[in-house]
Order: sequence, then structure tokens, then C-alpha cells
Amino acid sequence: MTVAREELHRTQAEAAEFKLSPSREPGFRIPQTLLARIGLIIAAAMFLLPFYWMANSALKGTIELTSIPPTLWPHVPEWSNFVTAVTIIPFGTFLTNSVILTVGVTVGAAISNPLIAYGFSRIRWPGRDFVFGIVMASIFLPFPVLIVALFDIFAKLQWVDTFLPIIVPAFFGNPFFIFLMRQYFLGLPMEISEQARIDGANEFQVFLFVIMPLAKPAIAVVIIFAAVQAWGEFLTPLLFLQDETKYPLSIGLQFYRQSHDVSYNLLMAASTLIVIPIIALFLVFQRFFIQGVTAGSLKG
Amino acid sequence: MIAAPRFRLSVDDRRNLRTALPFIAPWIIGFIAFTLYPIIYSLYLSFTNYSGFGDATPAGFTNYQHMAQDPLFWQSLGNTLYYTALAVPIGVVVAIVLALMMNQNLREVAFYRAAFYVPSILPLFALTFIFIVLLNPGFGLVDYLLGLVGIPSINWLGDAAWTKISIVMLAQLGAGGPALIFLAALRAVPGELYEAARLEGAGPLRRFFRITLPLITPVILFDLIYGTILGVQIFTPAFVLAGGTSGGGAYTAGPENSLLFYVFYLYKNAFQYSDMGYASAMAWVLFIISVVLSFAIMKWSQQWVHYESS
Repeated sequence: MTVAREELHRTQAEAAEFKLSPSREPGFRIPQTLLARIGLIIAAAMFLLPFYWMANSALKGTIELTSIPPTLWPHVPEWSNFVTAVTIIPFGTFLTNSVILTVGVTVGAAISNPLIAYGFSRIRWPGRDFVFGIVMASIFLPFPVLIVALFDIFAKLQWVDTFLPIIVPAFFGNPFFIFLMRQYFLGLPMEISEQARIDGANEFQVFLFVIMPLAKPAIAVVIIFAAVQAWGEFLTPLLFLQDETKYPLSIGLQFYRQSHDVSYNLLMAASTLIVIPIIALFLVFQRFFIQGVTAGSLKG
Repeated sequence: MIAAPRFRLSVDDRRNLRTALPFIAPWIIGFIAFTLYPIIYSLYLSFTNYSGFGDATPAGFTNYQHMAQDPLFWQSLGNTLYYTALAVPIGVVVAIVLALMMNQNLREVAFYRAAFYVPSILPLFALTFIFIVLLNPGFGLVDYLLGLVGIPSINWLGDAAWTKISIVMLAQLGAGGPALIFLAALRAVPGELYEAARLEGAGPLRRFFRITLPLITPVILFDLIYGTILGVQIFTPAFVLAGGTSGGGAYTAGPENSLLFYVFYLYKNAFQYSDMGYASAMAWVLFIISVVLSFAIMKWSQQWVHYESS
């Protein structure tokens, strides 16, 4: 009752201002934004400094690298470190293997997940939601639980030391990607499928010619996440590849460092070359990354 | 729908099932071949002695008995739980704080979003390499900065007291992904709720604890459970760090085995000591631990998680 008029006016004015962003927490406007900005700048520095240090160390000569205190920027930039890094390590071989694995896994993910998700979303069959529950539950199974048995199975199939144990499973779907594609398919109106069926298309034709073209953005998200994940994969190549000529970058670099005493500036140069493709991918496809992450959040 | 013990399917149901089967067949085959069968097979192996070559010979419960008396097993379990208990709650708090700050409608928010998110998608092995240099007591940035404010140098990766802390810090580079999920959740909170609370004179702290926090508890729950599942499988950073100090084929596990995490020890048993039976028993115990932890968190969450009654 005795709410000051002024206070009420101020609130209404603020509410009007916030129309564009209804979730923004009103109040303490100037200090709160300022505080947030200061906090964000400090946090961003903490998240970015490791990569600055990587680049800084990658460009230092061996003597400058070990100088104490460390130099905060490379006084004599050794760009040749990048050349040395890719020549003293069989970088080309490792890179080729990483690319083959990444492409293989990505192709598998792009084919299998839309197909599977379609069966869990655009067709209503008895027991569907129960079975989908199993798909989702499998997210919570730690993969290392399976490694001993998988190794033995792949050894008996004579798949060990080939790319098959890493690439083939990608052709059988991944629960996260199935979930993501399913969400997308559920959002498309059922009528478009009905119309195609009336026009005489069978279910596979509906999937391939009607739904898939509409699902390009979701498939792009799956492709991008599958590629990022495969590029950084460590455990499966460590388990299933034995011959050094078959190692991807993740394992190759690790073992090479172990056995050849690669100096840290070269290790940082190699690391720079490994993270750059991912950063570039993010900068180009930023929208898809953000969509992919927040689509996952619907579950939470 | 009531699940009858014996399905009596209508013609439509049966036709739909037939139509759907080819679509989901890859998942069914993959699930059986790469998940279900390996789980059952490793249960069998856990009751055998098996080197990976020749035949597995029955061993009864000896693998499980050995586990109970194996100090390295207990150390690896302790290391893993210690890491998980630190990394996961800290990760949730870091992600929420980042999300709250990003929720302030700043013009340059896209920059922060990129800065926080990109590290979370970079290969973990490469991040570990970077941490080796970053945390080096001589030429690392961290100890240099600590030195500037008068804190004595810490041998992060050489001192058993700090190795796990180092990996907890490394794990925080992954907070950007969950932070975006929390940000989406924050943006979904209806503005009227804050407006109503404001009119009732609730300050920002009160509004956060009474409105924001309860509404994002489902996301917190998911993040806690999924983070815990990932936490108990921690392996790559420890393997990469320890690899450098190794002489030959034997993998050390950091000073005083401080980085001997559960999966690392499982890996060593299977592929270094060729004790597949023991490693399978460890795999099953890990499976049970992760199920128990998930259910424990779920049960505990009933006291604090808020579901919208719609």
C-alpha cells in the first residue's frame, strides 16, 4: 500500500526496458553489470592464458624457454620451431591417421544417428519410449567398464591394430547424437510425413527425401561434434592401435615425447597445430556449436 | 498406456514396429555388440584367470578377493574419489558463476562465450601438454604469477600433494560447456518472477537463492550426475602426465602413485600386467560404483531438486 510512487515508476520503467530480455535479473543495474564485466574479464583471462602461454612457449628458442624468470613474450621468435616440430616427429603420418579416423567416425555418425533417431521419433511403435530410455541410460555407463572385453572381442576378430574398432562403432549410433536428432525430428510437423505417405512414398523415402533435407542444421551439429570428439580421441586409439605408423596425433605425440625427449617448445608448437583446427571450426560454425550444447540442455 | 504382461498388438502397432525396426536396427545391433555383450563377457572374465592369450581358466572369486587386499586398488579408488569429489562440485559452481555473469546482457558476451566454450572442446591430451608447460616451476606462467604476489613456487606436477589439484584445475577448462547450458536455463526463468520478488522487496541475493537457484536445480542434478560419471573415468591427463616420467614400457603414475586413478590401474592390469581377469573384475566394480553414485545423487537430490508442477 505504501510503496513509494517513485519506486513503482522506476520498476515499471525497468520492466519496459527489459522486454527484450525477460530473464534478465533487474535491479542494481550499473554496479551489477560492471561487476559482471570485471569478473568476466578476469575469468576470460584465466581461460585464455594457457593458450597464450602455449603460443608463447612454442615460439621461444631452447635457451629462452628455460630462462628464469620466464619471458612473457618471445623476445626472439623462433618460427622455425613449427617446421622442426613437424619434421622431427612423424607428424605427417600421425596427422594422416587422425584425419582418416576423424572422417571415418564423422561419416558413421552422420549416417547412423539420423536413421536411428528417425525410428525413435517419426514412427510410433509399441515400446518406443521404453527402448529410448535404454538409449539414454547408456549415456551413464562409463566406457572404461567395457575396454577389457572390447579389446578381447576385437582381438579375436583380428581388428586390433586396424582403424576398425574406432570407426565401426560410430556407424551404430551414439546416444547423445540420437537424442539431439530425435529432438529435432520431433519438432517437425507430422503432416509433412503424412502428405508424403499419401503421395505414395514408403517410410525410407519419407526419411531420405522429405525429412533429411529439412534436418540439415541438426546433421551439421552432429557432424561437427563427432569430428571434434574424434579429433581429440585418446583412449580408443591407445587401446586398439599398436604400430606407430597407425597412431593418430593424440597417441603418436604422447609416445614420441616419451621415447625421444621432445623439447617443450616443440611440444607446444605441435599442440598449437592440433588445437588450431578446432578453434577455426568453432569460429566458422559457432552457431551450430551453441545450438548443439543448448539442445543437450533440454534434457537437464 | 498400461504395459500388459503379454503384448497383444494391433495391426497398426505391428505395422509400425515393422517399419521402425530397420531404422533402429543399427542401434540395437551396436548396443548388443559393443555394450551389452562386452558387459556380460567381462562379468564372465572377472571370474577367470586370463592373460589375453590362450584360454581363460576358472578362478572363482579370487580376483575379487585379491582386490579387497590390493593396496594399489584402494589407492586408485581413493585417488579417483578424491579427484571426483573436488572436480565435480567445483565444476558446477564455476559453470554457474560463469553463466550468471554472462546473463548480464553485455554487448561483448559473444567474446566471453567463445573464450569459455572453446577450451572445453579442445583435445584433452593437448590441454594436458599445455598444462605441463604452464605449471612448470621454472618456465611456467602459474608459478611466475604466484611469485609476483610472494607465493613460493609450487611443484604442481612433481609433488604428490598437488598433482590431483593440478588435474582438478585442468578439468575446469571444460566448464564452458555446462556454463552455456546453465546460461540457457537462466534465460528460461520467467522475468515476471523476478519482478514479483522485487515488488516484495527481495534483494538480488535473496532472488538468486529463492528463484534462480531452485529453477536451475534440474540442470545442476544432471551436471552432477554426468560429471560424476565422467569423473570416475578420469584417465587421459594422468596417462599423459605420467608418460613423460616413464623409462620404458612401464607407465608410472605420478609421484607416489598420486595419479594412479581407477581406470589407469585397470588399464595397467589389463595391458601392462596382462591380467584381464583382474581388470574385468575392476571393470565390474567400477560399473557398480557408478550406478550406486548415480542413484545416491538422485536420491539425495529429492531433497533439493525442484520440478515444475505443470
